[in-house]
Amino acid sequence: MSVDLATVKRVAHLARIAVSEDDANRMTGELNAILGFVEQLGEVDVTGVEPMTSVTPMAMKKREDIVTDGSKADDIVANAPNSDRNFFLVPKVVE
Amino acid sequence: MTELTHLTIAEARDRLTARDITAVELTDAYLSAIDAANGALNAYVTVTPEKARAMAKASDERLAAGKAGALEGIPLGIKDLFGTEGVHTQACSHILDGFAPRYESTVTQNLWNDGAVMLGKLNMDEFAMGSSNESSYYGPVKNPWRATGSDADRVPGGSSGGSAAAVAAFLCAGATATDTGGSIRQPAAFTGTVGIKPTYGRCSRWGIVAFASSLDQAGPIARDVRDAAILLKSMASVDAKDTTSVNLPVPDYEKAIGQSLKGMKIGIPAEYRVEGMPEEIEALWRQGIAWLKDAGAEIVDISLPHTKYALPAYYIVAPAEASSNLARYDGVRYGLRVDGKDIADMYEQTRAAGFGQEVKRRIMIGTYVLSAGYYDAYYLRAQKVRTLIKRDFETAFHAGVDAILTPATPSSAFGIADQELAADPVKMYLNDIFTVTVNMAGLPGIAVPAGLDAKGLPLGLQLIGKPFEEETLFKTAHVIEQAAGRFTPPKWW
Repeated sequence: MSVDLATVKRVAHLARIAVSEDDANRMTGELNAILGFVEQLGEVDVTGVEPMTSVTPMAMKKREDIVTDGSKADDIVANAPNSDRNFFLVPKVVE
Repeated sequence: MTELTHLTIAEARDRLTARDITAVELTDAYLSAIDAANGALNAYVTVTPEKARAMAKASDERLAAGKAGALEGIPLGIKDLFGTEGVHTQACSHILDGFAPRYESTVTQNLWNDGAVMLGKLNMDEFAMGSSNESSYYGPVKNPWRATGSDADRVPGGSSGGSAAAVAAFLCAGATATDTGGSIRQPAAFTGTVGIKPTYGRCSRWGIVAFASSLDQAGPIARDVRDAAILLKSMASVDAKDTTSVNLPVPDYEKAIGQSLKGMKIGIPAEYRVEGMPEEIEALWRQGIAWLKDAGAEIVDISLPHTKYALPAYYIVAPAEASSNLARYDGVRYGLRVDGKDIADMYEQTRAAGFGQEVKRRIMIGTYVLSAGYYDAYYLRAQKVRTLIKRDFETAFHAGVDAILTPATPSSAFGIADQELAADPVKMYLNDIFTVTVNMAGLPGIAVPAGLDAKGLPLGLQLIGKPFEEETLFKTAHVIEQAAGRFTPPKWW
């Protein structure tokens, strides 16, 4: 499988990365090189093989359903590029 | 003062315990060395001298009071991927501009609890995506090793290039690193240092910037096998904050060093003899086999038939997980924000300006293979192939093999800004051909220096072990180290 320019632009939008026409052209070539490389997986017979979901044979640990953390709003917004009274500020999304 | 920086961790520990040197003296020696060398090597992206001196002073007090921890007063460098409270933590990306977390990663906290001293944060490929340290927002790291008679700069490998270069150039006693497809072992091999990626689950991933969560593992890069064992013992732990961290006691890895290899079976996988591999690497591999045989191990030929599919499967699984993990960088909660005409445009402009080319490439691949209609053909198939890769190793281990010996990399360190590699992303990916299988199967792997090539550059061998049998790797790697000797770059910086 290979991707064309329109697909690259669509994927860039899905990934929320702005791309110029030049970027998209260059990426099309690069992505096709990588997709061409992974194409060889098609040779492998995977009939009846379970996909890997956990690399170590263990059941996922579950923690107690209790509050162990919190009351640190100051810490949470400390690194925000724009915040006000412990809220993150973003451009207006509702008219 | 400079000779203090040449002490191994084990040697420094003994002299600190004997009160023959102080932690402050040792830390100052490293800070001076960094000051003199970092302009040339670019291994550190941030140095924390005040913090280091304060930590060293506290270490001296504990040493005087007889309350020393296992790493008391040992100065370490920390890869920029580890969250360090109040200190630069940016995964060497522009998108995390100014980020200083309000928390400490579990691995680094374990080190500080044992008395270690932080010198600063180390350069790396952006978000640990790369094999040359050239994708860092802070510029490439120079390998302290150069070809004999040449002054051309070489890469230290990646993604833990700053860690490997700093250890090799005596700018820290040891360093933390992480390995998703070879990012500890390949730079260790390129710099004549020792690097171990432990079994998946051995070290907590909590507080480490995530790349591909099912593959990422932290481990140390050190100057010798014993130091790597000392560091891993402190780094490893079970952690309630990482559900994949394993509740098994952490052995005293150092005790494994010096144990006999008699009765051990070492597997040699036919599939690692790849086309176009330089004769020097073949010769190094044969030499490694001979050393282990001389030490009493039995050598057996094995087959790992799905080896060639590990790298293509990795380039589906890792970008898929990365595209999901890196969705959080949106210009809202931390790091860089670039304004746009509306919120969606703000996201797109922020991510376009904040991520470098390699990171964008991987996010795009990941987004594509997970998108509607392609999931089964790419992602699901890759995860099935991953099951087969793991099964290959299990078959070998069930047949009685204790560890597997392979080359660590298909070449020695290449030049910075290599045109051929820059032109073809897949060519750069092939650097991880011998290391990536280990991540796909969640196994432990160690890279140990084994010789120099004709250009005078270090080459490493890799040992792969059974899950949670890091001790086997340490004792076997130590035998190689004893036979090969240690390698130190001539100082030019």
